[in-house]
Amino acid sequence: MQFPWLSLSVWVPIVAGLIVLAAGDRNLREAKAIALLGAIIGFAVTIPLVAGFQAGTSAMQFVELAPWVPRFNMNYHLGVDGISVLFILLNSFITVLVVIAGWEVIKEKVAQYMAAFLVMSGLLNGTFAALDAVLFYVFFEATLIPMYLVIGVWGGPNRVYAAVKFFLYTLLGSLLMLLAFLYLYNKSGGSFAVLDYHKLPLPLNVQIVLFIAFLMAFAVKVPMWPVHTWLPDAHVEAPTGGSAVLAAILLKLGAYGFIRFSLPILPDASHYLAGLMITLSLIAIAYIGLVALVQTDMKKLIAYSSISHMGFVTLGFFIFNAYGMEGGLVQMISHGFVSAALFLCVGVMYDRMHSRNIADYGGVVNTMPRFAALMMLFAMANCGLPATSGFVGEFMVILGAMKFNFWIAVIAGTTLVFGAAYTLWMYKRVIFGEVGNAHVAALTDANSRELLVLGVLAVAVLWLGLHPAPFTEIMHASVNDLLRHLAVSKL
Amino acid sequence: MLTNLPIMLPAYPEIFLLAAGCAILVIDLFLKDGARWVSYALSLATLLGCAILTVAVTVATGGQPATTFNGMFVSDMMASVLKMCTYVAVAACLVYPRTYLADRGLYRGEYFVLVLFAALGMMVMISASHFLTLYLGLELMSLCLYSLVALDRDSALSTEAAMKYFVLGALASGLLLYGMSMIYGATGSLHIGEVAKGAARILQADQSSKAVLAFGLVFIVSGLAFKVGVVPFHMWIPDVYHGAPSAVTLFISTGPKLAAFAMAIRLLVNALPALAADWQPMLVILSVLSMAIGNLAAIAQSNIKRMLAYSTISHMGFMLLGLLSGVVGGNTLSAPEAWSSAMFYAVVYVLMSLGAFGMVVLLSRSGFEAERIEDFKGLNARSPWLAFMMLLLMFSLAGVPPTVGFYAKLAVLQAVLGAGQVWLAVVAVLFALVGAFYYIRVVKVMYFDEPVESAPVRPRLDAGILLSVNGLAMLALGILPQPLMQVCLQAIKGF
Repeated sequence: MQFPWLSLSVWVPIVAGLIVLAAGDRNLREAKAIALLGAIIGFAVTIPLVAGFQAGTSAMQFVELAPWVPRFNMNYHLGVDGISVLFILLNSFITVLVVIAGWEVIKEKVAQYMAAFLVMSGLLNGTFAALDAVLFYVFFEATLIPMYLVIGVWGGPNRVYAAVKFFLYTLLGSLLMLLAFLYLYNKSGGSFAVLDYHKLPLPLNVQIVLFIAFLMAFAVKVPMWPVHTWLPDAHVEAPTGGSAVLAAILLKLGAYGFIRFSLPILPDASHYLAGLMITLSLIAIAYIGLVALVQTDMKKLIAYSSISHMGFVTLGFFIFNAYGMEGGLVQMISHGFVSAALFLCVGVMYDRMHSRNIADYGGVVNTMPRFAALMMLFAMANCGLPATSGFVGEFMVILGAMKFNFWIAVIAGTTLVFGAAYTLWMYKRVIFGEVGNAHVAALTDANSRELLVLGVLAVAVLWLGLHPAPFTEIMHASVNDLLRHLAVSKL
Repeated sequence: MLTNLPIMLPAYPEIFLLAAGCAILVIDLFLKDGARWVSYALSLATLLGCAILTVAVTVATGGQPATTFNGMFVSDMMASVLKMCTYVAVAACLVYPRTYLADRGLYRGEYFVLVLFAALGMMVMISASHFLTLYLGLELMSLCLYSLVALDRDSALSTEAAMKYFVLGALASGLLLYGMSMIYGATGSLHIGEVAKGAARILQADQSSKAVLAFGLVFIVSGLAFKVGVVPFHMWIPDVYHGAPSAVTLFISTGPKLAAFAMAIRLLVNALPALAADWQPMLVILSVLSMAIGNLAAIAQSNIKRMLAYSTISHMGFMLLGLLSGVVGGNTLSAPEAWSSAMFYAVVYVLMSLGAFGMVVLLSRSGFEAERIEDFKGLNARSPWLAFMMLLLMFSLAGVPPTVGFYAKLAVLQAVLGAGQVWLAVVAVLFALVGAFYYIRVVKVMYFDEPVESAPVRPRLDAGILLSVNGLAMLALGILPQPLMQVCLQAIKGF
């Protein structure tokens, strides 16, 4: 039995979160210190996962298996492959930044805020590591509770509506997924092991029904058009940290679900319904890109841009080649960095101006030059400029799409135009030009805490853009294995 | 057989409770108001004694069914487990409302004695192996409950609720009795085991006399549905829950549900399994209607007691799903799993209901009933710990993991899918989604809204600890649901 690094990456943040909750606002300094410490240790224990990861194999690594509920043959079964390990790393990394970003900004119920993020971080790691369907479901659903509270307690004016909408939308999808799991449990003769499901033969009509059940759960999370409407509300009303985690990690759960469940368990249905999935993805890319163009609220604009970028991810998955698949995964990680960074940028300005309206800004570069420079980088990454992380994923997906069908690639390519248009236009209106008003003139540049957070993200964005090989090497074997699974019919 | 055991051994807990209840009734007469804690302590001690006796009986019989009173009374694993749960529920109903009752001048011997005798009724129902025993227990419990609802004599609302409860309850008892008489006419016995054999014989021999059985079954299911509280026999629930003093609502919503579950098992599963093909469709209708009307009507409530009343209806509907998934096409292979999922659901529901109504009771002060949902506004600012407990209870009622409510739903859904009723499972999860809306609304009110009053909430220490245990049990049982599930499975397999 090797050292349980995975369990640590799940439970360290959760336990730290509970300690912070117990410390409460009365011991604010200690609570914050524990929160930061918990987040950093939580990140530190994920490093051995990557360092000790054997890239050559697609088998699950760091496996932990213990009986949990023998009555239903549920197991505490954790393990990572080349795909999930990257998301655990990303999640723990973003959590540290979110804790730092909320350090002074959150004024009310600080301990509960920090605790919610730490608990959520642990639960998300659990979701990525779970190899037992019910364990996955428990983690997947449990993240709803802290996120519901984060949006509802610390969110903007319309937070209650957004929180309830977020909760009910996601619950609807996941309840159907639960039925799908139970069906597979009965079909497989009483097993909740996800890897068993990969080998389970299923007739096409059953596969299609199950695919739709999974689709309900994952499409809401991704989110895909037309079930995306909760996202702009939730993003806009959530506090900065909430938006960052929502965009960087929670949205990845949906895409991850496709990789772990829909594609390998239901390969024939995946092929059968690929046309639908590609169409929905293209609508997200093109149509939502246009919707982003007309937004007047910065957070809303980035939220729509997220939907559009996640459309790229699902497109990459459903064109069934290595370029598309790896491109989609790189895009997920890149989007994790870039969207988190952009939300944090908006947060930096919002903390000073208490407005997210593009029209309230103008000429910020004059008062916040260092901040403007960093935000420039993230804006460029968001439009997919070469040498930033945004370019790698989009380029690979378009390349894959080109091999699949020329016209799909053309439509997908429009995002390079729309993405540049909405991001740069927003950037121009907010940052450049004459100083817009007295409030802007009174702005102070980003402080060292904010520069640290954004600087670290900038390094990550450039690293992934200039040298993505370490990331793609880790995922390579697992992606090939997934494509092999997809190529074999289960009928 | 267990011939060397004392003849009345299976009924020792009931005999003890009866004697102790009478003793407390007398002792309380001589107590001054300041010494009321003696009755309280004696009642709790009585329950503890019953628990010890129940364990002793189970050990003595080795968990095998043991009968007494000419086979009218049975002590089996299911009875032991359900009785233990009943003791916990009844004890909580004594601990939670102490301050509440004292503030309203209801903290008197009557409350303890009525609660104990109602508990006795439940125990008799749980252990019944004869239609008459069952009816006797039911009436003992119901009569105590009617008077408990009217305990606050000066409240018009309570009196009205008690009247409604009594009239409708008497009607339901009549229906049940009528059904039993028909079954008796067809099978020639009131003994549950004999009825099962007789019914099977009739179905094999002669389809034509099945009509009497089916006719009786309809009345039995109707009476049962009233006692369990499912649509369309649910009309009393919101009014009684609303009108009764919160302490009594707490009691009605917990222990009697366990007894009603036991009654359903004894009547449908033990006595009339031969008619499963007839009662299953009836339960499907009751269950779907309950989930629909219970959940939809709960959304419209602004009174939390009414809201929880409608939520009870929907939960009982969900519980019936487990009950009706046992027999598939005459095959009972996976039946213990399905029935035990219903039992697990009932036990978990009682725990959740204890916590939720316990919170309503704790937040009430003298002259103030915390029964509107608005009264929970900003509870997180006033008492973060209590708010957190309520959060766990609400998410558990909604069936969101990692709380135990999720596993209760999971087990029942698995039973339903195992029986091949996919559409029923889909309907169930859709209404579970509807249900989630009003539970998270309570969380919303507690966490997102500003408090109307700033007075911190300070429950009595014992009630506060009990509520913490109750709330944390949602989480603890949610992380490790196996023991309770296993106990329920053993209980169902043991008869």
